[in-house]
Amino acid sequence: MKCPECDADLNIPEDAAVGEIVSCSDCGADYEISKKDGSTVEIKEAETVGEDWGE
Amino acid sequence: MSKICIVFDRLRTEEKMLQKEAAELGHDTSLIDAKTTQINTSSQIQDFDFGDIVLERCVSYYRGLYFTACLEFLDIPVINEFNVSTICGNKLLTSMLLKKNNIPTPKTYFSFSGDAARENLDKIGYPVVIKPIIGSWGRNVIPLKDKDTADAIIEQREITDGPLDRIFYLQEMIDRPPRDIRVITIGDKAVTAMYRKSSDSFKTNIALGAEPEICDITNEIEDLCAKASKAVGGGILGVDLMEDKENGLVVHEVNNTVEFKGLVKVSNVNIPKEMIEFVRNSVRK
Repeated sequence: MKCPECDADLNIPEDAAVGEIVSCSDCGADYEISKKDGSTVEIKEAETVGEDWGE
Repeated sequence: MSKICIVFDRLRTEEKMLQKEAAELGHDTSLIDAKTTQINTSSQIQDFDFGDIVLERCVSYYRGLYFTACLEFLDIPVINEFNVSTICGNKLLTSMLLKKNNIPTPKTYFSFSGDAARENLDKIGYPVVIKPIIGSWGRNVIPLKDKDTADAIIEQREITDGPLDRIFYLQEMIDRPPRDIRVITIGDKAVTAMYRKSSDSFKTNIALGAEPEICDITNEIEDLCAKASKAVGGGILGVDLMEDKENGLVVHEVNNTVEFKGLVKVSNVNIPKEMIEFVRNSVRK
């Protein structure tokens, strides 16, 4: 899969799960795995850190 | 075996560790993303796969809080409960409850306008620490060492003028070593603790790069943490303490959706396992 931002190869680990964040090693963009069905993976842009994030 | 549901909005190492432990303990587990779940006033518990109990693990405080309200509306037990999340997510409410329960805590001043905060600071003097009443990872926790800095910060708050910017939480600066203590409490019991050591900042958040180092749980820590946990309503919590050179240990925060990826590196306690066992034991009989 290609990074939608910079078109570099996006490395998605085989055991990655829905909801997990993957980052593009080239441009640093973060993506959330939104769907996974076998080897078919869909991603969407990850939420940016919110003011209320944390413990 | 009980079915445990972990509600998340970003699947982090912690949530994966919790799911793994739940599976290893033989529990059927579901992971539900709060961001994609639809709940309405006619929803019924059987419309969802929440199982017997939910462990709420959202990284967004407000999302987790209001999702918890929805779960309790559906009559599903949640850890932590809505009331606990409300208190722990709010430093003002937490400080007052700690004091009310005779738990040593830094002296904290509350003002409700910029002018009142300036007036308060003229009386208190410097240094003090200003904190947002809701916020994590040390964001906008600022030492005020003089009047110029205080004026700048208050003016900035007046310009941004968010609803919570009008509430000023000013705390005495504790004279302490460059570290604090994070204790994880589960069901009012301190299960593991670490020092969070900072080399170049007065902030000691692991999220900001502070180093974890194991801390022995003394009788005093155990006692203070049990009291702090009970004061806010219990559950799975992160109690933060400082070593005041003058007054000994003081509790300054109790955290709700406790992070533990720093602590697992140094602790010999299986933290996710302890958490899952507590969740299991909290299922309504």
